[in-house]
Amino acid sequence: MSAVANLWTILTVSAGVFFYFAGTVGLLRFPDTYTRLHALTKADNLGVGLVVLGLLPRSGSVLGGLKLLSIWLLVLLSASTVSQLIARAARRREPRA
Amino acid sequence: MIGIVDTGLALLILGLAVWAIVARDTFAAVVGFVAYGLLLTLIWVRLHAVDVALTEGAIGGGLAGALLIGAAARLRSTEAAARSERPGVPLRILAAVLAAGVTAALAVCVLTLPVPAPTLAHETAAHVAATGVGNPITAVLLAFRAMDTLLEAIVLLFALVGVWSLAPDRAWGGRPGPRQRADPNGTLAYVARVLPPIGIIVGAYIFWVGADYPGGKFQGATILAAMWLLVMMAGLADAPPIRKTWLRLGLVAGPLVFIAIGFAGVATAGAFLAYPEGYAKPLILVIEFALMPSLALTLGLLLVGAPQRQEER
Repeated sequence: MSAVANLWTILTVSAGVFFYFAGTVGLLRFPDTYTRLHALTKADNLGVGLVVLGLLPRSGSVLGGLKLLSIWLLVLLSASTVSQLIARAARRREPRA
Repeated sequence: MIGIVDTGLALLILGLAVWAIVARDTFAAVVGFVAYGLLLTLIWVRLHAVDVALTEGAIGGGLAGALLIGAAARLRSTEAAARSERPGVPLRILAAVLAAGVTAALAVCVLTLPVPAPTLAHETAAHVAATGVGNPITAVLLAFRAMDTLLEAIVLLFALVGVWSLAPDRAWGGRPGPRQRADPNGTLAYVARVLPPIGIIVGAYIFWVGADYPGGKFQGATILAAMWLLVMMAGLADAPPIRKTWLRLGLVAGPLVFIAIGFAGVATAGAFLAYPEGYAKPLILVIEFALMPSLALTLGLLLVGAPQRQEER
């Protein structure tokens, strides 16, 4: 049972790290603010989510697991809000077409 | 493996510190400083100093970062002018020598500390039980060194008085900060409706567990202040005018209760801020309970800034 849990943790956390990596590459390589935001928010949300999923079997208690899940949800909420606000600020600065 | 993580963290934080110093743009330097505070939080966690980590994350990274971002936004219009008048070479060399001298003196002090460093940890651990509090950090902050905590709370009040004193005469007593005009159906307003109930629970939780686990009134109050600021930034509620009596009473209530309990200690236990036998824990809880709302108000108002608007009639 613990071998299965270990395998699950290794797989999901690795996948999460991959999404973080992809998001960082996108942040560095994409040409403008909007595409960079796209890379960051999509990849990081998935990254946090997969890391949280991977850590769930190790949280030890239901309460600990719920705390992990609520961290994921709060990160989702704050990341999506902040990306909206940054995108709006960036659009305001552009000359009106 | 663990060595790699710690070395990487240390290198990263040193690099970020250098970058924050040499960054030409004030705003970029502030962003670097906030990231630096978050990395410092991770390092405190690695050192098992979770109380310090919480405080660094809430106050050092969050609150100080927000204050600095506000300052950078204010300075933005004058920044080009300030950059064009660079100080002369002798002045810059003097500044560099001074900074290097301070760093060298600090390094000498740290490197000549005896090994193992002098510590009161054993004394503290031996006497924690007398306070009835489970978290030794809370015991130190509110029993053994309660004076420091009292002065800290009062210093924050003085800081707020300093900020308020920057108000122009016609705005004195009015509402601090600019009027926020956010879209009432926008994203920010949505978050400002969804997040505060969660934030209030988290803040109260962090305050409550402070007696036995890492946490406490300062960290909890920072979270409450952040929720209040979010609501104000989204334009859902305006900042209160600073002439309101309830506001001023709320600001001084916490420190006043602290001082009153301190003087009561003179009568009941023979020293200022001493707790009578067996009453330490309830008195500590009363102080924390009274301080938390005052701290949240003070921190929130510190960030909103000086009064700028007289009441519209």
